[in-house]
Amino acid sequence: MVNGDVREMPQRGQSAVDIAETGVDATEEAFGADIGDQQSAELLSLLRRRITGDYEVDQFGFDVELTERFLLKALRPLAENWFRIEVRGAENIPSTGGALIVSNHSGTLPIDGLMTSVVVHDHAGRFLRMLGADLLFRLPFIGELARKGGATLASTEDAERLLSRGELVAVWPEGYKGIGKPFSERYKLQRFGRGGFVSAAVRTGVPIVPCSVVGAEEIYPMMGNVAPLARLLGVPYVPVTPFFPWLGILGLIPFPSKWLIEFGQPLPTDTFPQGAADDPALILTVTDQVRDTIQQTVNSLLRRRRSFFARALAGSGGG
Amino acid sequence: MGRVVLVTGVCGELGGRFARRLASDPAVDEVIGLDVAPARGDLGDVRFVQTDMCSPVAMQTIAADGVDTVVHLGGIAPPNVDGLRSAVDEHNVIATMQLLAACQQASGVQRLVVKSSAAFYGSSAEDPGIFTEDMSPRRLSGSARRWVEAEDYVRGFARRRPDVHVTVLRHADIIGPAIDTAMTRYLQLPVVPTVLGFDPRLQFCHEQDALDMLHHSTLAGAPGTFNVAGDQVLTLAQAVRRLGRPDVGFPPSLLRLLGSLIPQLRRADLSPTQISYLTHGRGLDTTAMRRTLGFEPKFTTPEALDDFARGSGPGAVQPERVDELERHIAAIVSRVGTHGQR
Repeated sequence: MVNGDVREMPQRGQSAVDIAETGVDATEEAFGADIGDQQSAELLSLLRRRITGDYEVDQFGFDVELTERFLLKALRPLAENWFRIEVRGAENIPSTGGALIVSNHSGTLPIDGLMTSVVVHDHAGRFLRMLGADLLFRLPFIGELARKGGATLASTEDAERLLSRGELVAVWPEGYKGIGKPFSERYKLQRFGRGGFVSAAVRTGVPIVPCSVVGAEEIYPMMGNVAPLARLLGVPYVPVTPFFPWLGILGLIPFPSKWLIEFGQPLPTDTFPQGAADDPALILTVTDQVRDTIQQTVNSLLRRRRSFFARALAGSGGG
Repeated sequence: MGRVVLVTGVCGELGGRFARRLASDPAVDEVIGLDVAPARGDLGDVRFVQTDMCSPVAMQTIAADGVDTVVHLGGIAPPNVDGLRSAVDEHNVIATMQLLAACQQASGVQRLVVKSSAAFYGSSAEDPGIFTEDMSPRRLSGSARRWVEAEDYVRGFARRRPDVHVTVLRHADIIGPAIDTAMTRYLQLPVVPTVLGFDPRLQFCHEQDALDMLHHSTLAGAPGTFNVAGDQVLTLAQAVRRLGRPDVGFPPSLLRLLGSLIPQLRRADLSPTQISYLTHGRGLDTTAMRRTLGFEPKFTTPEALDDFARGSGPGAVQPERVDELERHIAAIVSRVGTHGQR
């Protein structure tokens, strides 16, 4: 490589030429002509920071460095190559300030949350603060990674605190009813709880951004549920899919369905009258409105995906 | 006219230092120190009374000596290592109850400061990430109950004596170079045992801030309940790495077993309550402390830990060594790199 030769040239001396050459050398080093060295040095300093505890987490335990350098990096290939996620309406995600992303939930395991997080980071340049069920934080390793990845408990207190701090928060109001529904009920949105997420948004005056995910329903098609085992383990369900538990660990490989994620028009909440957050009728109306928007978008995305498959099939048939 | 302050638990870790400092404050006429244990160290101008709070001597002291301020630190002492923890807890709650009964009868008492603990909130997967003072524990377990019960009595007292200015301080774990608590002993273990698969958020209060805070709320302050902690959180992994100590994860049941078998671990308190804290951790909102109480801690949580680290001696993994290793590896990598390029 050229660079290796240049590095060897300067002889230690006092002439102007030498000094200039040293300058060139330094510039090249600084601006990454010698990418290999620089990368390894950076990686080493990252490792040193991790070993000596010299990194920062926020009050919820969110570790920006770990999330950006490891977690999102590890998930990105899954989003881009495995599920080939197509994103629409990313411009609807506010670039600054608090906002609440509300999404449908599916797929037996919350892979949709992780993928939304990757998409939001890569398309809107923001970290997604996910609200998760308490079960998530009870699981060793997974709960720890969830907190470090920016998640916290789905509670009014945490949601309002994050929103008023200007964070981008995501919530999946269907909860277990959505993620654990049988495959036969795919793309039918479940009840949206009591609308706690709407009152959190209204109270903090942040916009609600509806998010519709198509594709996650197929990753682990749930055919049955081993209810007694679920009760024994204290989890909401133990899924039976066409591949799990029959293929053991291999059955955990998600089906590579094609995904579409669409972010809808933000719904402003700062125009509501004073005390709207405590008005159950209004909260339930807004909740239904958000749910309907997501259901309709899911339906239209499904039509769009069918035509995508038709085109893909026609294309491969022709070739 | 100066103040007459009664301080309970002056033989505890902070009690003696606090009482001595208070006695040297010109705004204070007299400090009476109360403890079950015999006086430890130099108490300076503090008048020491050795008595059990459940005895009539304590009551008489409050009534007879014109005490106008009572600072109850009884609970600050580390759990008695030799005794049964539940018995000690029970005794602490009863002592609080007795003290409050005595205060209720003493018409001279105008101000009461009670040191509680952030352990009041407990710690579980169902808890929000950050606690404000108006939240109550969702699940009561073991020794967390003691704080809740003691605070219940304090609230009852505040209802019955609305003329008394009552301040409750929920301290985060107090650490620093000079203090010895279950948490400092835990962090000083040569190898720190942790809960496998969890990295709890910890928040600390520097001993200097704890003393300043007690002083402030005794002489100025405001009524109410306040979280007391330094800014920011550290995860346990961060804390042990900053202390240069290796950590090993154990399943909670094994950790509890080890905690009851190995004397060093028993002193570091690996009770079920503490293990659940070491599993889920806790964050504290300290807005009220700043706004209402008007107190600004000098140390953030990481600064408190760093100061504690200076006092606690080097661990096995020293930053200089890691730096050296980094330079070493970098040199090797660049040598291999240039070699490969030719």
